[in-house]
Amino acid sequence: MFASHLRKVGALALPLALLPPILELTRVYSYYTDVMVFVAIHSIIAAGLTLLLGYAGQISLGQAAFYGVGAYTSGILTTTLGISPWAAMLAGMLAGGLLAWVVGLPTLRLKGHYLAMATLGFGIIVYIFLNEAESLTGGPSGLAGIPNLSLGGLELNTPKRLFLLIWPLLGVILGLSANLVDSRTGRALRALHESEAAAQSLGVNTARVKIMIFVWSALYASLAGSLYAHTMNFIAPSSFGFMFSIKLVTMVVLGGMASIWGSLLGAAVLTVLPEILTMFHDYEVIIFGAILMVVMIFLPRGLVRGILDLWEFRRYKKEGGSIPT
Amino acid sequence: MLLELQEITLAFGGLQALDRVSFAVPPGTVQAVIGPNGAGKTTLFNLITGFLAPQSGRVVFQGHEIQARPPFEVARLGIARTFQLVQLFDHMSVLENVMVGRHRLSRAGLLAGAVRLPWTRREDKSIREHALEDLAFVGLADRAHQPAAALPLGLKRLLEIARALAAEPTLLLLDEPASGLDAVETERLQEMILALRQRGLTILLVEHDMGLTMEVADQIAVLNYGQLIATGTPREVQKNPEVIAAYLGTDWQT
Repeated sequence: MFASHLRKVGALALPLALLPPILELTRVYSYYTDVMVFVAIHSIIAAGLTLLLGYAGQISLGQAAFYGVGAYTSGILTTTLGISPWAAMLAGMLAGGLLAWVVGLPTLRLKGHYLAMATLGFGIIVYIFLNEAESLTGGPSGLAGIPNLSLGGLELNTPKRLFLLIWPLLGVILGLSANLVDSRTGRALRALHESEAAAQSLGVNTARVKIMIFVWSALYASLAGSLYAHTMNFIAPSSFGFMFSIKLVTMVVLGGMASIWGSLLGAAVLTVLPEILTMFHDYEVIIFGAILMVVMIFLPRGLVRGILDLWEFRRYKKEGGSIPT
Repeated sequence: MLLELQEITLAFGGLQALDRVSFAVPPGTVQAVIGPNGAGKTTLFNLITGFLAPQSGRVVFQGHEIQARPPFEVARLGIARTFQLVQLFDHMSVLENVMVGRHRLSRAGLLAGAVRLPWTRREDKSIREHALEDLAFVGLADRAHQPAAALPLGLKRLLEIARALAAEPTLLLLDEPASGLDAVETERLQEMILALRQRGLTILLVEHDMGLTMEVADQIAVLNYGQLIATGTPREVQKNPEVIAAYLGTDWQT
């Protein structure tokens, strides 16, 4: 089972990983590496959200809040208390996880629209807090002077160095996520998505599993937030609002909700696209909304599956057969 | 007694779903619960398995009171069930559906699953092997890797039974297992139920198919409008004038 995942990782990650050194050598597009760092950071959050939304079927419109908690915990602890970035990162994950647990306990009893609204509300609360608690967070003008991460004396202050840390880390996270999907807990997750009653009747404590996966996805998001803080060296509340939560959901939907590798694809497309279409920056929100709608209507199983399905459909039509349902 | 219902009462607003229902199920027997539609049979199942709580009365399983306990706790005590409308995990494979059935007999948590420790891998292998055995029992082993949604209804019902058996229950509740099955499939189901009783499993069965019920049941309890109107052997119940009047007269099926 792991072998097939390894193949998929290789197929996707290898060309992407080899590209920056090659491009840097040819000096074609050196800012590519910079973008790829963000692709990885977004993929980490998207992978967690895929587990929550795609597999467990629990919607979260507030994932950016955990991203923000991770970023600000790292930012504040390293700037005001001089704590090591790695320790601060762990603290950030702890904070994100704890917050997810506290919020999750009452919220995950809700379903569907109610759960969506509750997570939306929670996300907004965090956003407002980040803006208002100026003495702590620096308010709307943000928090600057966040130090870089260092690995064994080597400061990670270039896109290439950050790339070489974050992409292997992403690989590990995707591996953990893929393992999880095929594990006893992964089956319990998918089961409760399909029929909560049946899952309960087989001894699955669905309430507990939901909270666990909610916390787990928050850990991913917090980790990504810390990485973001140490990459940008500056953070502001505007990056952690509702818009980003929507962007994250769009990444998951685009990649195919129940696909870990799809979350990487979705994150890649929706991180690279705005860079390519910088001229459309003002319309970014509209474009994201449009992508979300188009995917949900025409390619509900995500970009890759959707295209493959269309291909199969064409093939069947040619052969004069009917589409198996 | 393996299971005892004592004066179970439940009303939904003005509707008296169950009215002081009491009966006992001895271990290793097949007990059927029959009655017209709306008599309260599925409500009774939902109550035993923790999806509903009685307003008064007790459900005693192996000497412990289990009424009002959440469904997952009831399941972990050794009660498994199938549903009137099949509740499979459609997007999971046939085998994976049954593997979920072994949830209460396995331990690997979230972290262990993500990291995939050696003991977790061994446990998963054991889960898979047991699941294949359960599939073989119902005759679905050759379909192990098909998506559950692809099965026809008759096989879906069998899959649901295999999944319930994977939990190695002491008490198995079957809610209209023959519904939607043809004669051949019903025959197979009958053999299966008798084979399970042979193994020592206790079965509580809700059914409309009288032919099947009469063949497999050791005892029959008859519900009508939430009240228990008769209990006895199939022979006794068949002859009971109240039962005939309330139920068999209009809904008789063989």
